[in-house]
Amino acid sequence: MKIGVLALQGDFAEHITVLRKLGVAAVEVRLPEHLDGLDGLIIPGGESTTIGKLAQDFGLYEPLRRFARQHAVWGTCAGAIFLSKDARRPQPLLGVMDITVERNAFGRQVDSFEVDLFIPALKAVDPENRPYHAVFIRAPLIESVSGDAVALATLDDGRIVAAQQGHLLATSFHPELTDDDRFHRYFVHIAANT
Amino acid sequence: MTEQQIATEKVKRGLAQMLKGGVIMDVVTPEQAKIAEDAGAVAVMALERVPADIRAQGGVARMSDPELILKIMDAVTIPVMAKCRIGHFVEAQILEAIGVDYIDESEVLTPADEKYHINKHEFKVPFVCGCRNLGEALRRIGEGAAMIRTKGEAGTGDVVEAVRHARSVLGEIRRLQNMPEEELMTYAKEIGAPYALVKEVRGLGRLPVVNFAAGGIATPADAALMMQLGVDGVFVGSGIFKSGNPARRAAAIVKAVTHYRDPEILAEISRNLGEPMVGINVSTMPETERIAGRGW
Repeated sequence: MKIGVLALQGDFAEHITVLRKLGVAAVEVRLPEHLDGLDGLIIPGGESTTIGKLAQDFGLYEPLRRFARQHAVWGTCAGAIFLSKDARRPQPLLGVMDITVERNAFGRQVDSFEVDLFIPALKAVDPENRPYHAVFIRAPLIESVSGDAVALATLDDGRIVAAQQGHLLATSFHPELTDDDRFHRYFVHIAANT
Repeated sequence: MTEQQIATEKVKRGLAQMLKGGVIMDVVTPEQAKIAEDAGAVAVMALERVPADIRAQGGVARMSDPELILKIMDAVTIPVMAKCRIGHFVEAQILEAIGVDYIDESEVLTPADEKYHINKHEFKVPFVCGCRNLGEALRRIGEGAAMIRTKGEAGTGDVVEAVRHARSVLGEIRRLQNMPEEELMTYAKEIGAPYALVKEVRGLGRLPVVNFAAGGIATPADAALMMQLGVDGVFVGSGIFKSGNPARRAAAIVKAVTHYRDPEILAEISRNLGEPMVGINVSTMPETERIAGRGW
């Protein structure tokens, strides 16, 4: 099992640390040829406009779209925006997931927050299914899911903060910033079955 | 389900983690902010004057007009930072009230307090502070800074001081890692740093917060140099909008921070950028004109 982390900008090192603790080989992806031989890809948190621009400048769009058709891909925060079909403003997106996101949906940085979530899907890697402590930083909201995409987690008021579409995963929050590795294990589980 | 917690150390430091591998650019108008965002900046620093102009014009440099900062916040979707004077906690309160995403308690402005920095723990908005060495970095983190940057020598376009400060911080961390436990207390006393943070840094092998380079970065090569030395990202102040072709230079510096270890890509993106900012040689600058010495 070998997972790449898109290392154009953002907290890719944090994802690599969690993957390596799980015993998964993890590599940085900056150019199209770095995708060769990978079983999955994580697109980290960062600024989605920066990541989108760098992906365009270095010819990563088509290679990433091709990769996402056949392999597991997970976007956290900016990564989730990047995977979406629609971010409600013109900016470069991969458009591989049938989700619409709203950027900075909770306000500015002073509104960033932490909260416990109940995520039924994590039963696959944790039979006890304890609450999941999630960190939201200038986070996007998954405004709606369509087609084959389904909601994985919601806030108390029902707003969607995690979604899955087959082997594609999107979270508004940052599992890489906590010591809880269940989301990474869940992604590795998806990658192993794709 | 539990209640939402805001303004935790985790979310304050976390935003800086999202800026890693990125470039934060000084801008003085909403139009410049847009150019910076389009070039791939991860955040902008909203200012009335860039450091090179503060240097040239002299006088007291204060927090920018909130109206200007608000206009810049309206112009872009990326985070907006703004500077307050060292120790001027009311300027910081005002910046928090208008909703900036990060406050830079900055030596580039004229200090308001010659002894004390702001108690940054009291604020919901996170702070970034400058440093020249490990002791100074850990004092600022002790006061609540959620992100650190080198001071360098702002507004000069001369990278030498940023290199000196980055080598100092990163070199001291490497020495600390090899230090036996019984030497830590005396070391903490010598560098004027909180003991608990000294111990934490020794365990982590890095600062507990994100560490950027700032002060004098003017070219893609400068930015990549700082990244290879081991910082997490760069601030570019006067270097972009005081150059001949800001949009082109800004985009090149963004690419250089991503591909900092790839000389072929660095060579390609360094071509035809137009005139860099003129710059001032720091080694021939009188001590009284240096601003890195501000802060305690």
